[in-house]
Amino acid sequence: MAVTSSNKAVVTLPAENQILIVREFDAPKHLVYRASTTPELIKRWWGGDRGECTLAEVDLRVGGKWRYVMTANGGFEVAFHGEYREIIPAERTVNTEIYEGAPEAGAAVVTTTFTEEAGRTTLTLLSEYPSREVRDIVINSGMEGGMQESMDKLEQVAISLR
Amino acid sequence: MARAATTTDAFNAVAEPRRRQILDVLAAGERPVNDLVLQLGLAQPVVSKHLRVLRDVGLVSVRDEGRQRVYRLDGQPLKPIHDWVKNYERSWSARFDRLDVVLEELKKTEEEKSGSDKQQ
Repeated sequence: MAVTSSNKAVVTLPAENQILIVREFDAPKHLVYRASTTPELIKRWWGGDRGECTLAEVDLRVGGKWRYVMTANGGFEVAFHGEYREIIPAERTVNTEIYEGAPEAGAAVVTTTFTEEAGRTTLTLLSEYPSREVRDIVINSGMEGGMQESMDKLEQVAISLR
Repeated sequence: MARAATTTDAFNAVAEPRRRQILDVLAAGERPVNDLVLQLGLAQPVVSKHLRVLRDVGLVSVRDEGRQRVYRLDGQPLKPIHDWVKNYERSWSARFDRLDVVLEELKKTEEEKSGSDKQQ
């Protein structure tokens, strides 16, 4: 079987309170949507390499709640929850997202869009935080693992931050 | 940890699209301020204001060359952003790699299903 290299997730910071993630998948959008909204499927991928997703609850309707729990590799639990505000199946969802480790920070609003072309789907996740301070909490919590990174190609960062 | 003042924080400095544009231009090499004004199509005072913010956080440095002020990029203050974006990107890439596996299965299941539908 041919091994294809994975598509890269591209993360950019379009505004001071936003994070944008874009990734292309070799599958039609109704399947990407299904894998993103079906609890037993979410549990298989959402933990990534940070831990195991032990709970995924999805009440997929406007006003419905969702909650994901991950047991991180360090043994501690990381959980997020929120509410669906808009659902256009396989097109676009808007939901709130609260990190249970810092609920006082308030809710992010996450807009997910699914765009299909020639059987491939581009998934975009736009997270809007209530303020730059809240995004900084996310930034700071994500910093620990990155501090040893080598200082390569910093010029490219300026370009990638477009 | 006390939050850094706005003007001394690279995160704030690059949050402004025009300032990112300036960094993009300077990424190709140092430039006199007049070049930046021309390339960005902005008024000189606006460009100078943005350059001031970038200087305050150490993202650009300036030297005098004859009568010109020449600006250059210094990537060092971008390191926290670089680290964070890479870390975040890596974490999401790992998730999406697993999602790829799930999608392959869904595709296969769907193909098998449509195949057996046709037989019926």
